[in-house]
Amino acid sequence: MGTVAAHGLCKSFGKVQALDGVSLDVPDGAFFVVLGPSGAGKTTTLRAIAGLEKLDAGSVHLDGRDATGDAPAERDLAMVFQSYALYPRHTVYENIASPLRARRCSASEIAAAVEQMSRLLHIERLLQRRPAQLSGGEMQRVALARALVRSPRAFLMDEPLTNLDLKLRVEMRTELTRIHRSLGATFVYVTNDQVEALSMADQVAVLKEGTVQQVGTPTEVYERPANQWVAGFVGSPPISLLACHAEGDRLVGAQGWTLPRPRWSTAQDGQPLLLGLRAEDLSVEQRGDASLPGELYGLEPLGDRTVVDVQVGTTIVKVKARPTVTGTPGERLQVTVDLDRAHLFDADTGLSVSEAGR
Amino acid sequence: MAVSVDEAVSTGPARDRGRPARRRGGRGRSVLEVALLTVLAVVMLFPVLWMIETSIKENRDVYAVPAEFFGFTVTMEHFKDVFVGPDGGRSALSVAFLNSVLVAGASTVLATLLGVPAAWAYSRFAVKAKKDQLFFILSTRFMPPVVVVIPIFLMYRQVGLIDSKLGLILIYAAYNLPFTIWMMKGFVDEVPSEYEDAAMLDGYTRLQAFRRHTLPLLVPGIAATAVFALIFSWNEFVFAIFLTSSDSVRTAPPAIAGLIGGTTTDWGLVAAASVVFALPVLVFAYLVRKHLIAGVTLGAVRR
Repeated sequence: MGTVAAHGLCKSFGKVQALDGVSLDVPDGAFFVVLGPSGAGKTTTLRAIAGLEKLDAGSVHLDGRDATGDAPAERDLAMVFQSYALYPRHTVYENIASPLRARRCSASEIAAAVEQMSRLLHIERLLQRRPAQLSGGEMQRVALARALVRSPRAFLMDEPLTNLDLKLRVEMRTELTRIHRSLGATFVYVTNDQVEALSMADQVAVLKEGTVQQVGTPTEVYERPANQWVAGFVGSPPISLLACHAEGDRLVGAQGWTLPRPRWSTAQDGQPLLLGLRAEDLSVEQRGDASLPGELYGLEPLGDRTVVDVQVGTTIVKVKARPTVTGTPGERLQVTVDLDRAHLFDADTGLSVSEAGR
Repeated sequence: MAVSVDEAVSTGPARDRGRPARRRGGRGRSVLEVALLTVLAVVMLFPVLWMIETSIKENRDVYAVPAEFFGFTVTMEHFKDVFVGPDGGRSALSVAFLNSVLVAGASTVLATLLGVPAAWAYSRFAVKAKKDQLFFILSTRFMPPVVVVIPIFLMYRQVGLIDSKLGLILIYAAYNLPFTIWMMKGFVDEVPSEYEDAAMLDGYTRLQAFRRHTLPLLVPGIAATAVFALIFSWNEFVFAIFLTSSDSVRTAPPAIAGLIGGTTTDWGLVAAASVVFALPVLVFAYLVRKHLIAGVTLGAVRR
């Protein structure tokens, strides 16, 4: 049981405005991911919720109660740090037991809880070691166990998988999702990895320079980015953006190409626009009624697929293609566009000019 | 006791500076190096050797011309005189040594008790004008004691701290405090604040978190800092000679100095007292050496 609500969080470090009015509403039991590049204020947001950072303005409500001035210990939250912050002088057992010791649990309760946690995370044989004798993945599990050993209001996780190698990261992703499902607890999870965000989250908040850009389900954020920046940040390879404007029933590109004007767009005639095209919504193999003329720029074979770089005017457009695709640079080709899945943004404000609820 | 600002507050790993291409120049150079170092060592150590010899020579040998380096009669009489008075009771010097132990010990404890929490606070919290405050704290050490001793004498006379051990303890603690804060801040900076953050989320208060997780990691730093403070208080002469006068309060440095003068000087006694006085410093310097290595390498270990 635990809802976390942050409202209008502001925090500056000297001249740097780390948080500029961040508001988040985390429902009970949600896996809520805060996504953003480094320096976006993700960690500061999490630390503010935890009570480790004194806010310049804003409030934090936990289970509907104002906890803005509460000490971290009074908030009943657990946190996994990016550096893990395992106590170096203590054994793994003592590390995991620490939150229970702070709450004056009996020795038998502690032993039982630590044993249960170490089984859940497969670290039974590490209990008598010290953090210095653990590998990165083991430290990560111990840090997780220390957070999970009691049942707090919510779990805060600060890029817990960032320091792991790729294979372990993928494993832990699945494991964390499993743990979340089995506990049914509220997770607030900070990451700069959009794959983590899209694969694990119920809800994603995209953060940039201390402001929330968009909050929504992973599908919403990916399919209907609120602005050009979110569209560019979420998705790999990154979305291709082409300058254009609407003219009658056509979309006219700055480099002379034309496409049918999408019906879902709310753009005005002559308004400077950016057409956002995701690599998987483009094709160099199939024919369709909407296409862009271009020149093959290069191929990036990725094993399961090949990304074809096509130069349209002066812009490089990335197109996802089958791994068998071939071509020579300089070759002229047509890029077929799935206009129903394209995005239009105002070139000046960056905001989406799509009809709501498309 | 030269700890530069950068060493005391370094955030990055300690780097090994000043060892560029020592091998250059080859054999001739290293012979010259050894020769020069030998000369230097002899010059530096000769007074120490002379002190030790004098302390175990009989009085007539002390004044022998030419001086006798070897073959004099060894006596422990002077060492006995350091501790036992002519009447068989406790000597004035032994009282002075006890005073020194008390004053140096108490002032070090006081400076450490105040300085370590202050250093922690300066390291961990956002304090307004932190750099200016730290500079101000350090600036109190810019003046040599002799500059401030007159005003302090006048102030002490007003409040009745003249010729009291408490007065010396307070002034030494005040003098050691900036040093303790600066040196300890460097050590605290090296301990990640996340341990405390994690402990607070575990359910501890900030002070409990500091006591449980940060303080134990600071012990080597505290030991090194305290030994420096102890050596300063032990050796201090200017304040001691100005602010104390009676035998029951005086510390060892002015007491030993007081042996010299008058019509005759018992050099044997002076030397023996000096040896006794130097021993604790030697022991502690050895301890500092060990801890200083720990202090220097603390930042070099990747966490």
